[in-house]
Amino acid sequence: MPANPLEGVGRETTDLLEYVGGVAILGGESAKLIARLRIRVAETFNQAYLLGVQSWSIVLLTSLFTGMVISLESAVQAVQYGFGSLVGSAVAFASFRELGPMLSAVVVAGRAGAAIAAELGSMVITEQIEALEALGLSPVRMLVVPRLVAMLLMLPVLTILADIVSILGGAWLANQVAHIDYDTFLTSVRQGVGISDMLRGLIKTLVFAVIIVLIGSYQGLRTRLGAAGVGISTTGSVVISIILIFITNFLLSYILFGGNFGG
Amino acid sequence: MAVIARLDDVTLAYAERVVLQNLTLDVVEGAITCIVGLSGAGKSTILRLLNGLRKPSSGRVFVKGQDLTQLTERELVNLRRSIGFSFQFAALFDSMNVYDNVALPLRENMHLGDDEIRPRVHEALETVGLAGAEEKYPAELSGGMVKRVGFARAIITNPEIVLYDEPTTGSDPIITHLLTDTIMHLRKKMNGTAVVVSHDLQSIFMMADYVAMLFEGAIIAYGTLAEMRSSINPIVQQFLQGSEVGPIPI
Repeated sequence: MPANPLEGVGRETTDLLEYVGGVAILGGESAKLIARLRIRVAETFNQAYLLGVQSWSIVLLTSLFTGMVISLESAVQAVQYGFGSLVGSAVAFASFRELGPMLSAVVVAGRAGAAIAAELGSMVITEQIEALEALGLSPVRMLVVPRLVAMLLMLPVLTILADIVSILGGAWLANQVAHIDYDTFLTSVRQGVGISDMLRGLIKTLVFAVIIVLIGSYQGLRTRLGAAGVGISTTGSVVISIILIFITNFLLSYILFGGNFGG
Repeated sequence: MAVIARLDDVTLAYAERVVLQNLTLDVVEGAITCIVGLSGAGKSTILRLLNGLRKPSSGRVFVKGQDLTQLTERELVNLRRSIGFSFQFAALFDSMNVYDNVALPLRENMHLGDDEIRPRVHEALETVGLAGAEEKYPAELSGGMVKRVGFARAIITNPEIVLYDEPTTGSDPIITHLLTDTIMHLRKKMNGTAVVVSHDLQSIFMMADYVAMLFEGAIIAYGTLAEMRSSINPIVQQFLQGSEVGPIPI
């Protein structure tokens, strides 16, 4: 611990800048490889299965209950004040624009982002990353690019499914607790949100996919201190990814929906 | 006696810790050069300098006439592809079976098809005594087998130089003998050069053409095995005898 507090602040600032620079370099290198189509297709499909397909159950489960809770909170009140026909819009609005993309990303960051950090971290401490370099192979091309492309493909798909499940859950709950029939609910969904809401929500997921994979990979690749280091990298990956997802979600909402709040 | 690689007045330091200081070492072409020294002396670092995985703080590293300190990253990558590297714990890729581990450099660097890869992998595994192990995963292999798969991967592209990092560490005497035999056999078969980092005297006495002793960041003795055995340097003598008494601090 530095004796001078200013020294501590300076060191933490340097570390932060070094971290941001490291992630940016990793992102730049990955983007360059993707632009030159230096993508390992079979490994990308494998990662799409591991990171995406294997995450569907937890994403759908969280979305289902999120849709149900929004419906629960809004349906009873809305019916009481004679706005029962707007409950579908409220659920769809929240799901398509905010909760679908963000919750899917948070859940995937917790599962797949952690898995990426842990796997790459283990590869560092067992010299597998160094072995790739010794063979003249780029760890970024071999490991990061397939995960990045897979996540860019799978997170939007998971989010679309999450949106659908969230609305279905909301419709069922509105029907059960506030006796709003399914036709009224779904008509309200159609009137409240358009395809552009869903597409703009999906744009968010592409940014979240980049955050999850780059943070997970960078955390994994900078692992030190053996097995304990893998734990530190994994935890760090989840915490940093989730914080960044929340921050960028706000910024993206401001950019994508700014001036259009409330339709 | 041609020199294929040379570390010339190399110093390597991490922050305030000096690992190697003004170290000079020649690697003779077509021979097995063993680098010996205490644990943590920086022996493995020398191998990483020889294939460009580490850059010296000062000094120069020559391999096959090229100064590695002057090469671009792309040129270094190309050079690494012509140098085999066997890691201390083999560093096999857990997610791949033995066949895919050994085939990886052929597939990714040489872009060969499966028709060409299969016989070469089979031959490499046969050379290290592991024919038939293609479908096994690293977790299913014994320590000695894992190391030999690492050897097979290191030699699959027929490199002129193969670097072995602690190839026998942690092995019983029989496996040590087998691994040492394998290194000698591979060097002879490929007519290449091997640099072996080890502190396993039994193994060194079996295979070394030249021995370099690393102590406190510098090569303090270099010569043939016979020259090293007759060295009057008390540090060399203490190390070769495995004695607790002498100038080496314990």
